[in-house]
This record gives sequence, C-alpha cells and structure tokens, in this order.
Amino acid sequence: MTARERVAGTVANYVDERTGAAKWMKKNLTKVFPDHWSFLLGEIVLYSFIILLLSGTFLTFWYDPSQREVIYDGSYVPLQGLHMSAAYASTLHISFEIRGGMLMRQIHHWAALIFMAGMVVHLMRVYFTGAFRKPREFNWIIGVGLLTLGIVEGFLGYSLPDDLLSGTGIRIAEAIIQALPVVGSYLAFFAFGGAFPGEAFIPRIFTVHILLLPGIFLALITVHLMLVWYQKHTQWPGPGRTEKNVVGYPLMPAYMAKAGGFFFIVFGVTAFLGAVASINPIWLYGPYNPGQVSAGSQPDWYMGWLDGLVRMAPPLETYLFGYTISWNILIPGLIIPGILFTGLALYPFIESWITGDKREHHLLDRPRNVPNRTALGVMSLTFMLVALINGGNDIIATTFSLSINQVMWFSRIGIIILPPIAFVITKRICLSLQRADRELVLHGRETGRLLMLPHGEFVEVHEPISPELAWKLTAHEQAPALALEDVDARGVRRAGGLKNKLRKRMSQANAESIAKPTANDLKEIEHH
Amino acid sequence: MRKISKLRRSAFASPLLLVLALFAIGTTFSVASATTKSELSVEQRSAQIAEGKNIFLKGCSSCHGLNLEGSAIAPSLVGVGAASVDFQVGTGRMPVADLSQQIARKEPIYNEAQTAALAAYVASTSLGPEIPNESMLNYERDGNTAEGGTLFRTNCAMCHNFAGQGGALTQGKYAPSVMGVEPKHIYEAMITGPQAMPVFADKTITPAEKLSIIKWIKAAENEPQLGGAALGRVGPVTEGLLVWTLGLGLLIGVAVWLATKAR
Repeated sequence: MTARERVAGTVANYVDERTGAAKWMKKNLTKVFPDHWSFLLGEIVLYSFIILLLSGTFLTFWYDPSQREVIYDGSYVPLQGLHMSAAYASTLHISFEIRGGMLMRQIHHWAALIFMAGMVVHLMRVYFTGAFRKPREFNWIIGVGLLTLGIVEGFLGYSLPDDLLSGTGIRIAEAIIQALPVVGSYLAFFAFGGAFPGEAFIPRIFTVHILLLPGIFLALITVHLMLVWYQKHTQWPGPGRTEKNVVGYPLMPAYMAKAGGFFFIVFGVTAFLGAVASINPIWLYGPYNPGQVSAGSQPDWYMGWLDGLVRMAPPLETYLFGYTISWNILIPGLIIPGILFTGLALYPFIESWITGDKREHHLLDRPRNVPNRTALGVMSLTFMLVALINGGNDIIATTFSLSINQVMWFSRIGIIILPPIAFVITKRICLSLQRADRELVLHGRETGRLLMLPHGEFVEVHEPISPELAWKLTAHEQAPALALEDVDARGVRRAGGLKNKLRKRMSQANAESIAKPTANDLKEIEHH
Repeated sequence: MRKISKLRRSAFASPLLLVLALFAIGTTFSVASATTKSELSVEQRSAQIAEGKNIFLKGCSSCHGLNLEGSAIAPSLVGVGAASVDFQVGTGRMPVADLSQQIARKEPIYNEAQTAALAAYVASTSLGPEIPNESMLNYERDGNTAEGGTLFRTNCAMCHNFAGQGGALTQGKYAPSVMGVEPKHIYEAMITGPQAMPVFADKTITPAEKLSIIKWIKAAENEPQLGGAALGRVGPVTEGLLVWTLGLGLLIGVAVWLATKAR
C-alpha cells in the first residue's frame, strides 16, 4: 500500500464512519446510463441553469431593482444628464463600469436563450421517441411546467433593465392581463400597484425573478432528475436491450467525466457568445418612457410565437354589458397558449387512451415507427414556427424587401393550412421509411455491384444486413387498432357512442403502418 | 488748438459728426454681421436658374410636367422648395429608377452643381423650405446628444428603430436606415417630410433640437460595437437566430461528438 492510498483510505474511512455513505455511493456511482447524443440535450438545459444561477448572482450585486428616478452621470456619454429609473442606471453601471459586468450580463442573457432552446430540443427528443410513456408521465408534466415557468422567468428577466424594450414588453403583458374579461383591469391594477407603469412592478418582478421562480426551478429540476434516477433512463432498442435492463456505461468514471466535460463546454460556448456577440444593447434603447416605442420591438425568441399570434389576430372586439372583450388579445394571448400547453401536458394520457396501452415502456420508439405521433409533433412545430415567423414579420419584410402585409397574410393563412399539410407529409414520409426498412430486411443492402448473368441480364448484388441491424429494424411492435364495437355482446348500443367512435377512428389512424417482415417472410425469401 | 475749438463750434460740426457716426455704425454692423456664404451675383443666379430649368425640362418634366404641375404618377413641385429638391436629387431618390412601393436611395445621377441648379430653378418658381446652410448645420457646436437621443426615441424610433436602423411600414413601404446620411439631408428630410415621413416643422422640433437629433444619429453611427458584434441592432430576432444556429449547433455538435467517442 503506497502512502497515497493509505491517506485516501483513511479519509474515506473517516467520512464513511460518520455518514455511512460508502454503501450508497457504491451502489449509485456504478449506476448505468445508456449512451446516445440525444440523451445529452437535457444536460444542456441543466448546465445553462447553473450558469444562469452563477451569472445572475453576480448581477444582483450591483443591480438596483427600483423605479426611483435618478439623473444619469455614468460613463456612457449619449445618455448623460437624462432622467431614468435606478434599475436602468444600475444596469448601465454593470455594463460600463463594473469589471466584467458587460460580459456577465451578456453571458446571463445568452444562457437564458440557450436554456429555453435546450428545453425545446430536449422536449422534442422525449416526444418523438415516446419517452413520456408510462411510467414517465409525471416527469413529462414537470417538464412542461418547467418550460412554462422558463418562458415567464425569461420574460421577467427581459423586463428588469427598464430600458425602452423592457417597458414595451411590460406594456404588452399588461394589455394581455387587461384582456381577461371582467377581472382584467383589477388584476392589472393589483400587479402594478396602480396605473401603468407605476413604481411597484420592477421591485416585485425582481423578487419573483431571483427568488421565487429560481427556487421553484431548483425544486422541480431536482424532482425531475430524481425521477430519471429512480425510473432509470430509457434506451434505444437493440440486441440485448430489453424493457427490464439498461445497457450503457457506469456513472463513475465514464459519465462523471462526460457530464463534467460537457458542463465546461456549455459554459465555454455561452461565454464565447457573451464575449463576441452583443445581446440586448440596453444603452441604445434608452430609458423607458411610455410615450416612446421603437420599430422592431420584439420579445426574446421563446415568446416570439406569442407575439406572432397577437400580431396576426384580426381586430375583433365585443362590447357587452359595459365591458369590452378584446378577442384580438384574448384569443392569441391567453386562449390559444392555454389550449396548447394543456394539450402538451396531457399528451401522454391522450395517447394512452387512444392506443389503450397501459404497459410500462423503457425502450424508445424510432419516430418512423409511430407515424401518427411523429406527424402530430411536426404539425405542432409547424404551427409554432409560422407563429414565430410572424413575430418577426417586420424584420423579415425589411430584410427580404417584402411587404409586412404579405408576411402577415402568409402567416394568417399558413397557420391554418400548413400544419395539416405537415401532418400528412410527415406521416407519408414515416410510412415510406417503414417500407424502406422492410425492403432492407427482406432484400438486404444494395451493394452497387452489377453482375452480368450468362444470358446477358444485369442484376445488382444485394448483401444481407447484419443481424444487429435486422434486430433494430424489426424489434418494434405493431399493435393493431382497438377493437371497439358500437354494440356489446348482447347487441345493445354501448354508452358514450360518440366518444367511442372518436377513439376508434383515432386508434385506427394510429395503427396504420407497413407490416414489418416476419420470420415467415424471411424464410420465404430464402427459398428464392 | 484754437483752430480745432473754432472748428468744433462751427455750424457744420454737428451734421458732419452725425454723418461720420452713422457711417461708422453702418460699417461696423455690416462687418460684424457679414456671413461667409458665397453669394452669387444676380447674373450668376439667373444663369444657374436657366441651367436648372434646362435640366428639369430634360430629366424631370416628363413626370412632373413642363410647369411643375405634376401628373398622375408624380406630385406637383409648386411650393416644395429647394430643400425638397436637394434631398430627393442629392440622395439619388430622384430621378426615380422604378415606381415600386417606395422610391429607394441610390447613387445620385446629377452632380452637386446640377442639383444646386435644379433646386434654384424649383425655388425660383414659388416659395418653399430652403436648403440649410453650413452655419445652420453646426450640430457639433449647437446640438446636445442626450437630448437628441430622447427626441429621436420620441419622434423617430417608432419607424426608424431605436438605433436608426430603419423599419417596416405598411404595404412594402419602409423607413430607411438613417446611418451614413449627410447631416444636411437629415435636416431636409425633417423639414420637408419625404414620402411616408411627416414634416417636423420648426415649431414642433426647433432648429436647435433638429441639430441635437443629428448629433445623436452621428454618435450612434460612430459608436464602436460595444459588447461585441452588433447583430444589425434590430433587437431580439437576430439574437434568437444566432442562438438556434451557432449556439445550439455547437452544443448539439459537441453532444454528438461526446456520444460517438465512447464507442
């Protein structure tokens, strides 16, 4: 035993005798995780959250969350002598006088954009591979909650500097609150402590932004990860991989090294962006003044779709019993997002109702093998993308010399027509890919080698594929549609006829697939 | 000595002194108030107007009419003043290249002398806003950057964007970028209101405030890219685009690399 081993052993023993950690550590440090690049997408979100906590703490040392009026006397000349809020002045102070302040502000903002983008790609991975199925429905709902809170948290951060863009955003948020019928104006007065903009809002959202929401985030992220730990990670199907095992590498040392390294890479990319690319140049926007607004006032991208929906809404209004109902804000600002996020949260239950599948699933689906789900996902993304495009309609119009009206009409029509088209095309592509898989299993790989037969005919030589690949292409199950009869065994109409009809139709659409090759098919082929 | 005192009491003394005093005051005033502007003589001026008329008849009258009365596709030029002509021709917007939604800025077709001649001709036919001269455009001396920024954000940013980068208007029209525009042309745009732009008369925005706006625009134009690449200074759209392309592109690339190396 070398001296170093002796010292390490003594220290480990000392800790173990007092905490009893050795047994727990031994079990958990060897926990196995499957390996695939798409399983690292969630880590991007976790690491950017840590970056947000660190850089955000730095910013709070100098940020003054107050709408008290001050006269600017800092080093940025074009604003000297102007009246502004202490919040805006202190953000300028962080940007121009605090050493590293500008870099930290930019890292914080870029990390927020990466945090949200990472959530979306992680969500896409979980959705398209069916990782949300039993037993992971709760974790899916927690994820949807994190996404929703992320949008709110990001928007509050965007509002804190109290520059012209922030104030414009808060003004629109106030309009959306006011659009709630009857209670809207009371809620807005409650949130702002009086009329807009008042002096109460920024101190309030500051507390929510740095204390309440980060606390909820920490709690939800902890539960999210504990559930992954407890339920074990899903894995791609392959030889030797079943619903009862996990094939991969142990946490220690392989994943410790990978995850640790990936954290530094995420930090590096964020710091790189913060160092080379300007984000939210608040000094150019100037202090907020309700009488001013800039062309091209947009929210950050994760709210861009919401802005796009509001921008494309036709000017509808109803005047009822002394109240104005602004449908043009209410529908795109509250009703549609409400439907979208509720549908997203409930999706695992909806799918399980359609398929009637109540079993546990730890093996992932290849997206092509579940055409309906994949097509629905692409359809939703198309909807969001059209809305997002309309959120930047003015920038798109000036950049590509288009008319803003054309872009808006494209979005208005496109948001209704394009998602169904995307659904049909995606479903067809999925079925074609299934057909290609079937061909590959039955007839093997095309080698590109041409063979001339004695009688002059040319044929291409096909090589059989590896057993591993054949397994991968045929491991999925193809469940038939639910057999839901309109009448029961005694010939009596079943209750809930309409519901059953809907479920039957959806189940049939869901079960549509290209039959995967069976053992018999393969045997038959061998006879040729 | 006697001679001088005798002269002083002479009957002609008072009128003579009065004449001398008036002459001195007049000379002092004319020297003091003399401008550096190179005034053209009457002959030069009428020659310039004649040249302007000549250019107008060849290059402009087919749309604006032989007597500046305008037509179905072009407005009347009666009362537009020299400032309008100097802005439209000096920034290359006129003569127009294509009659699309908006007349775009391009390389000027007429040189400075020809532009001045055209402006003189149009101004000779009716009264209108004049071209601001050098002494009226000393924005470095008479402007205030911070006040200019506030005025710009209040009156201009809603179309030209917070950093003067321009923005979209309805039906394909747009507010152009104000970066790299001559101070004279910015001033003229404010007093004449070209195309979709409103007129900011001297009662709305005083000449001193106009100079403040110009000073702020020039400061924004010359501001170094604080905080890194400016990404067009158009707000969060380009930032979102960068995060989805470069940011997520790099991170997903690394994730693929991390998962591949393990095999």
